[in-house]
Amino acid sequence: MVMPRTYIRPMGSWWRRLPFYRRYMVREATCIAVIAYALVLLTGLWRLTQGQEAFDAWRAALATPPALLAHVVLLAAFVFHAWTWFEVMPKTLPIVRMGGKRVADATIVRSGVAAASVASVLLLALAYGGWA
Amino acid sequence: MSAEQHITLECLRYHPEQDDAPRWQSYEVPYTPDMSLLQGLQYIKDHLDGTLTFRWSCRMAICGSCGAMVNGVPSLSCQTFLRELAPGPVRIEPLAHFPIQRDLAIDQGDFLKKLESVKPWIIPAEPRALTDGANRQTPQQIDDYYQYAECINCLLCYAACPQYGLNGKFTGPAALALLHRYNADSRDAGTSERMEVINAEDGVWGCTLVGYCSEVCPKGVDPARAINQNKINSTRDYFLRFLAPRR
Amino acid sequence: MKRSNKPVFWSLFGAGGMLSALVGPALVFLTGIALPLGLGFDAAGLSYARAMGLLQNPLAALALAAVISLFLFHGFHRLYHTLHDLGVPVGPGLKALCHGLARLGTLVAIALLFALG
Repeated sequence: MVMPRTYIRPMGSWWRRLPFYRRYMVREATCIAVIAYALVLLTGLWRLTQGQEAFDAWRAALATPPALLAHVVLLAAFVFHAWTWFEVMPKTLPIVRMGGKRVADATIVRSGVAAASVASVLLLALAYGGWA
Repeated sequence: MSAEQHITLECLRYHPEQDDAPRWQSYEVPYTPDMSLLQGLQYIKDHLDGTLTFRWSCRMAICGSCGAMVNGVPSLSCQTFLRELAPGPVRIEPLAHFPIQRDLAIDQGDFLKKLESVKPWIIPAEPRALTDGANRQTPQQIDDYYQYAECINCLLCYAACPQYGLNGKFTGPAALALLHRYNADSRDAGTSERMEVINAEDGVWGCTLVGYCSEVCPKGVDPARAINQNKINSTRDYFLRFLAPRR
Repeated sequence: MKRSNKPVFWSLFGAGGMLSALVGPALVFLTGIALPLGLGFDAAGLSYARAMGLLQNPLAALALAAVISLFLFHGFHRLYHTLHDLGVPVGPGLKALCHGLARLGTLVAIALLFALG
């Protein structure tokens, strides 16, 4: 028996086909923000080793409107990254049980968000209060 | 009786003996509020166009035969209702990421190969005789694997998975979920035999946690979880392989 | 089937992802918005003297190195996979470049911190 010719469809720009896929792409794209911010810190560290003038120039650059706007965008990207990170966290864990009963996925998500909130508060407290 | 309602179903047609490429064909289907998309397709076949080809069997979401893309969403046509799609037009295509055999029927051969590769059967620690009696499991032991055993092999997850679409060598959601189903079953001792599939580049590492597979699964199997928790197992296996022998 | 060496990069990706999820937003807010604008900070803000003083603390230096390094490993791993998802032809060369850049950034950060003393 001759097998008939099957047809294979191309993937094309598959991520545009459904809102779910678009959201996934935005989630993945936050990696650009993470890299960018790491490079900002690295640049600051480098300027620091070059002395006071260089470091002050870097700080001044951070205070310009384009830099501030960029950081607002970076902040939004980081928040979306954090949110989606904890959203998928239940999928990365084996079944978690407490007291013999399954811990719901929503609980795991909430505890992740709570941990991030606590960490943020601690970091802010450290910055505003800790070192003078 | 009330006036008949109609819905437009646009089906992707492909008859290899006469078509070089798929083409669309529209049908006006009268429907009642209780009708599923499957019944709509059956109406087309019975009254409008007997050449329309599609798979179906149980019509109650347990056999896994009737999967199709409905407006781009992998769905079981027996579990999708025309009243929710009205007034249309509704785009109906064969499941994505599989070669089209004929109209809405796809070639599932690749999935069957992947399924075989995960050894989807209980591999006991020692051979058992009937006189040993039944296996016993606590409710918790059953809960450990039960959701993954609910898979009806409908392939909606493969149609949902862009990584499978981009790389046909990826073992894929259902096969990996079933792999985990056996690893997690207390009656099974075959985890070490399945590690090679888990650890491979096209095993769990082909997954980027898009998560759409778990969204579309009609049985709540949650293949995304089955795959991604095994990334931890694979990592542990990778780093500890020289320290401790695998079970 | 050949065993993948993904676990190494995935672990770094995961660590970076968790760290950036936990402290990323606060850090971006602090260094990118609050400090430059002087929101709640005195006029000196993150002055040269303060920054140098802060990084004399080995824990602070370690934290900065960890943030830079893990953020880079997380970001580049994800970037590689995103390029693949977009249909960009990816291969071992691009993978080596991505992880190489992350490693380079890590080494530069460590070297600079040592230069500070």
